[in-house]
Amino acid sequence: MDGMTPNLTPVPTPRHGARRLVGRLFAPAAVAALIAGAALPAAAQDRFIVMASTTSTEQSGLFKVLLPAFRQATGIEVRVVAVGTGQAIDTARRGDADVLFVHDTALEEKFVADGFAAERRDVMYNDFVLAGPKADPAGLRGSDVAAALKKLAGTPQGFVSRGDKSGTHAAELRLWKAAGIEIGAQRPAGYRACGCGMGPALNMAAALNAHVLTDRGTWLAFRNRGELSVLVEGDRRLFNQYGVLVVSRAKHPHVKADLAQQFADWVVSPAGQAVIGQVKVEGEPLFFPNARR
Amino acid sequence: MSAAGPCPEPIAQPLARGGEGGRVNGAGSPTATPDPMALAGVCASMGPPVLSLHAAGVTLGATTALTEVTLTLHRGERLVLVGSNGAGKTTLLRLLHGVVRPQAAAQRQVHRSQPARGGVLGAMVFQRPFFLRLSVRRNLRLALWLHGVPRAGREAQARLALQRVGLEVLAERPAHTLSAGQQQRLALARAWALRPEVLFLDEPTASLDPAAKREVEALIDGIAREGVTLVMSTHNLGQAKRLASRVAHLEGGRLLALEPVDRFFGAAVLPAPTRLFLKGELPWTA
Amino acid sequence: MNSIAQSLPIAWSLVTAADPQLVAVVLLSLRVSAMACVFGALLGVAAGAALAVLRFPGQRGVVALLNTLLALPSVVVGLTVYLLLSRSGPLGEFGLLFTPTAMVVAQSLLVMPLIAALTRRLLVSALEQGGEQLQSLGAGPLLRAGLLLAHERLGLVTVLLTAFGRAVSEVGAVMIVGGNIEGVTRVMTTTIALETSKGDLPLALALGLVLLGVVGALHALLALLQARRGQPVEALA
Repeated sequence: MDGMTPNLTPVPTPRHGARRLVGRLFAPAAVAALIAGAALPAAAQDRFIVMASTTSTEQSGLFKVLLPAFRQATGIEVRVVAVGTGQAIDTARRGDADVLFVHDTALEEKFVADGFAAERRDVMYNDFVLAGPKADPAGLRGSDVAAALKKLAGTPQGFVSRGDKSGTHAAELRLWKAAGIEIGAQRPAGYRACGCGMGPALNMAAALNAHVLTDRGTWLAFRNRGELSVLVEGDRRLFNQYGVLVVSRAKHPHVKADLAQQFADWVVSPAGQAVIGQVKVEGEPLFFPNARR
Repeated sequence: MSAAGPCPEPIAQPLARGGEGGRVNGAGSPTATPDPMALAGVCASMGPPVLSLHAAGVTLGATTALTEVTLTLHRGERLVLVGSNGAGKTTLLRLLHGVVRPQAAAQRQVHRSQPARGGVLGAMVFQRPFFLRLSVRRNLRLALWLHGVPRAGREAQARLALQRVGLEVLAERPAHTLSAGQQQRLALARAWALRPEVLFLDEPTASLDPAAKREVEALIDGIAREGVTLVMSTHNLGQAKRLASRVAHLEGGRLLALEPVDRFFGAAVLPAPTRLFLKGELPWTA
Repeated sequence: MNSIAQSLPIAWSLVTAADPQLVAVVLLSLRVSAMACVFGALLGVAAGAALAVLRFPGQRGVVALLNTLLALPSVVVGLTVYLLLSRSGPLGEFGLLFTPTAMVVAQSLLVMPLIAALTRRLLVSALEQGGEQLQSLGAGPLLRAGLLLAHERLGLVTVLLTAFGRAVSEVGAVMIVGGNIEGVTRVMTTTIALETSKGDLPLALALGLVLLGVVGALHALLALLQARRGQPVEALA
């Protein structure tokens, strides 16, 4: 009479209601949030400093050896923010890092001059190399980088520039100048600026079979070389100096200056320098410690 | 156009006001002179006014859904709205109920002397009833909760409402798994549970099979007999005849005729569009 | 093509070896993005509901702005949060930069407009269906919004899953505010970016597969829970 089918099996009732909503949606999320919350503050208890450094330094694998050794010696953890040199210096300038470890002496000296650090100290050096197609279509092989670049500019051969205000980019511009070429005005036919880090620049050069200026450390660790090989090396102008700077309390009172100073002191000490000298890739040392006593 | 007395509004609506440029049906039809004896009989049996509209209009977006509607709803009456699709029946229901606003606030007036039944002023059963994803019982309790009924009362009244419409066996079922007829009854239960003074129903049996139609109609009739005022729209003139005490005909957003039921289907002189409508809807009438 | 083919066995060995460093990185990714979705939802659901149900002057403009924010690049969000949290910035004293907290903040801001826009859409559609009838039953605008949100809870789950997908897959914001510090703020996506820039493409792809696998496992788990409770799967879409 009321339209109901007689033998009806009861349908399993899904859980209804706002309370169930809390159970279904918020409980798992709350659990997740609790786990995350538990994880987040724990790190704040260790002694640590933030170091702004470059991608090339980090990707060379140096820090994997250097920082654990430092931690063992002092108990201080070093947290590396690895970005381009320009960004690293900006980070330190803002006070978001305690110590700066980059390879652009001119910019480092300006950093000191502006009062953001008391001094800069030499730590180590490596060199840049000019890599290009194994077949060397532009005939650049040798040890005079300025001559090579001059020759390269006259050909349509490709050249990948980092174009990112990094230490490598600054070195590259200096070398073009030494070759008598003003990159802004007289861009060579095959010049490509990617605005990227060393790794992506190498990737691009390998893909385009183009030339690229790279630091030896990143080159040695780089696995996607394609047809590229080292064409020019050994030129004095390819020398790449690394420096360490402790961000000054005068500009940023919150900076962990004492811990950062321990790092700077250790890395130029015989112990630190010895560790630097131990870092090798395929039997070749990556860096040459040259801190002055 | 209001007058004093137990039946304030005229029974047949004038077709055009001065300045509106013409009548609805061209041929014109003057307002009928109501038979005073019949009029007295009908009006005397109607209770005090509950809601009234004074030349009310409703604009929805760019369309004018209702124009110049004047009527007074009396307690205890059963007003049935008829008219073709798009005539404005649903809008009129919504306006009377209060979920849609008139063009000016003064056009709708609520006469709330004492609520006769102790519940809400109006509750509505919509053409396609909407239920939350809850069980049948929970949907009822939610409606009661929205009206501030305390917990003990909610359970008891929900059960009562389900019994009233014969759905208590399905109390734990998810509301959206009910058939169309069952959902209509549930909507009826939900509205009834609020003890409304006026029950609005929008084509409550439109999508039901004949058996379900009869059951729902019987329920509506039963509710009206409890003293609830009814305003209902329907396409089914037979249903209008069975349930109504007064019938209103709407067309194009206007109220064309408003008569007691026997006069509407019998002796009244109706405007031409209304006569045409009746003819069209009652194919067996000569 | 070679790298893609190489990446599959590498992905498999990564998963089976379950290197603790990799596990830590995966867990951090999930935690940061889950927290971001919780905070993004607290603000986003409220904002979306308000926009759906309230009427105020300039509403269309706010909705247009909200939809525009959906196109906000993650790196821009990251940069903005970086400038806010930097020691030289207004909120620098909290020292939040280069911590997972900063990453949660950035991702919360990233997913909030998404959650708000999707919730608004969900609720507008639900209001069209049942808003008037709830009003008829005596519910005011905010109560209508609340009831319909509970009514559309499955739709809300989908909204949150969408937001989670957006958060866990982005790299621009977490890279800048987190600094990709090994053992502290390195997550799946920044690891992939790092390995790519080092030229180790098969490993980068493999890590991408691992990320997809982990998120896929999460969704599979959710679908299983839905099935057990008797919910139809199509209700999720």
